[in-house]
Amino acid sequence: MAVIKALIYLLVYPGILFLFVYSTFCEWFDRKLYARLQNRIGPAYTGRSGILQPVADFLKLMFKEDIVPENADRTIFSSLPVIGLAIVLTAGLYLPLWNINVSVPSFNSFQGDIIVVLYLLSLPTLVLFLAGWHSTNFFSTLGGVRVLTMLFGYEVPLFLAVLSPAIVADSWRLAEIADFYQKFPFLLLFQIIGFFVAVVALQAKLERTPFDIPHAETEIVGGTFTEYSGKKLAFFRLMTDVEMVVGSGLIATVFLAGFSGGVFLGLLKFILKTLFVIAILSLIKAACSRIRIDQMVIFSWKYLAPLAVLQLLISIIVKGVIQ
Amino acid sequence: MKKITIPIGPQHPALKEPISLRITIEGEVVKHADVRLGYNHRGIEKLAESRTYIQNIYLVERICGICSHSHTTCYVQGVEKLCGLEVPKRGLYIRMLVCELERIHSHLLWLGVAAHEAGFDSLFMYTWRDREVVMDLLEIISGNRVHYAINTIGGVRRNLNEIQKEKILEGIKFLKKRTEYYTNLGTTEPTFVARIAGVGILPKEKAIALCAVGPTLRASGVSSDIRKDDPYAAYDEIPFDLCTADTCDVLGRVVVRVKELIESYKIVEYIIKNLPQGEIKVKAPRKIQPAEVVSRYEAPRGENIHYIKSNGTDKPERLKVRAPTLANYPATIEMLKNCFVADIPLIFAAIDPCICCAERFVELIDAKKGNSTVLSMAEIRKKYYSTETKRNVVWPL
Repeated sequence: MAVIKALIYLLVYPGILFLFVYSTFCEWFDRKLYARLQNRIGPAYTGRSGILQPVADFLKLMFKEDIVPENADRTIFSSLPVIGLAIVLTAGLYLPLWNINVSVPSFNSFQGDIIVVLYLLSLPTLVLFLAGWHSTNFFSTLGGVRVLTMLFGYEVPLFLAVLSPAIVADSWRLAEIADFYQKFPFLLLFQIIGFFVAVVALQAKLERTPFDIPHAETEIVGGTFTEYSGKKLAFFRLMTDVEMVVGSGLIATVFLAGFSGGVFLGLLKFILKTLFVIAILSLIKAACSRIRIDQMVIFSWKYLAPLAVLQLLISIIVKGVIQ
Repeated sequence: MKKITIPIGPQHPALKEPISLRITIEGEVVKHADVRLGYNHRGIEKLAESRTYIQNIYLVERICGICSHSHTTCYVQGVEKLCGLEVPKRGLYIRMLVCELERIHSHLLWLGVAAHEAGFDSLFMYTWRDREVVMDLLEIISGNRVHYAINTIGGVRRNLNEIQKEKILEGIKFLKKRTEYYTNLGTTEPTFVARIAGVGILPKEKAIALCAVGPTLRASGVSSDIRKDDPYAAYDEIPFDLCTADTCDVLGRVVVRVKELIESYKIVEYIIKNLPQGEIKVKAPRKIQPAEVVSRYEAPRGENIHYIKSNGTDKPERLKVRAPTLANYPATIEMLKNCFVADIPLIFAAIDPCICCAERFVELIDAKKGNSTVLSMAEIRKKYYSTETKRNVVWPL
């Protein structure tokens, strides 16, 4: 029974199948909202209001010609998209989505799983860098270098911002943090700065405008993805989508009190809260122009990092007052 | 750090037309830039020599898809000077009206492209949506959205009626409101300003020395506009201001163009309200006595020059076109030095490049000896596209 439950957990909900369906839905939501903000219609033909467009794009890419550059290392070049997708899907398993019993730690809910999720969310960046580097193309290499340069900008603020609610909740376990804020929702008011720092850092992690520097099409063509085509590009696109779901799910867990209330109510809360975060991400995307890589690093260290430290300070003071 | 050369073009997402920028970079900083032309040569000047003056109007219109009216006006003005024709006032005013509407559509288009190059797609979508209004106005006047075909030698081909005038005023009123919004957005939105302020510096002395033209020159603080310096049509009768900026960067070029939009709205309103009565054209002779003429015109991108030489027949002996983009290339090289890779598309887009306007002839350079030869269209055809020998097709005629 336990084996079947684990298999369902891995393959169906909240594993591969659910993450695939939900991430394509989120991509549609993002595209549609972004299009409406720009006074366009957005996807309209595939399915009702174009809801199946991301799935159609994925399937179309799967059947497209797949080219590996002559000078590229074939094994690494081909395995990177799969590794990247596997990493973000694994990260998705740690979100406290399935009616988790808070008092009993399990294989996907234990002290320190917040660190594991953050770590797993850092790895795709490395995958993208390697992908750019191994494409043996000027534009890809430049994109890969930009990916790493950006990592030094947003990673520290993201970690500080996400960990400060954990300090107040006095736990390194996502389910417990969510449960804590479920009991004391007013404490979330002290985490507002951290919430916005985390959202902006997530925007940078997902490489969306104003931080779409590594694949700025008018500058370096496709950036890291220049040489990727067919199935591999499809996997990379799916990886970015799932990363968006997991990233917004993580923010929703620590800043918006998680998804308690059983399978169905929990799922509903998950969808509403992640869509709320994604809507903010889309709004930022529509309201900004792309900034330069040097401006991005300066912005991160001049504004984001000090704000994250301020948030940490507030959290420590709040914790002192509570005790 | 190792220097590498990256090819921007001939095919690149930042370029809408083929041109090759060879950029040598060190890290993210551009050390050297080089422009290679000649990917869009169509032999229009040679073709013009085998067509009559009337046919050539429609040929030069096809030099450019955006400033098509600039080329025809520049050309017909030259031909009118050659025959000594006096164009009726109403004809000149309608010509200027289309010219200003074209400037509006070109500048709105440019604003969108510049925003897209900076990754600000929302502004791009908005400006292009509003550009449809002025495109529709041009269609109301001429029946066409791109090649208006309104000019003819000795005047214009279509008259304006009251309904059209009303529609134009309505459209201009809407565009005025929108442009004020874009002025505000383009000069205050922090991420966009961060990208364009201080980028692509072209000092005043350099701009003059490198013969920059149009908004690029005016953004460097030089007040030069053919409409003021050497008024053609009836620009000496129309009150308008010359727009300059002194920041010498891409922000300045945005500001100059947005200010020019507002001036163009004023000009259009003035023209509609003060449209003289009378004929719109006079009859032109078919054959022109031997003479030569240089015609200047302020296109949306800068000074456009046509040189026409007649030889007593109904066809020109020589037509030479110097489009504004060509004049701006040397300045672009100067602007690209020591900028960031991310600024390349913005700086290049800021001259509003129209590559198909600028490509006029092919020069072959021997890579080993360094000597160059200019080929005529007939020679090129003989050398490279000799259809008779390669294909076994016999034409029926």
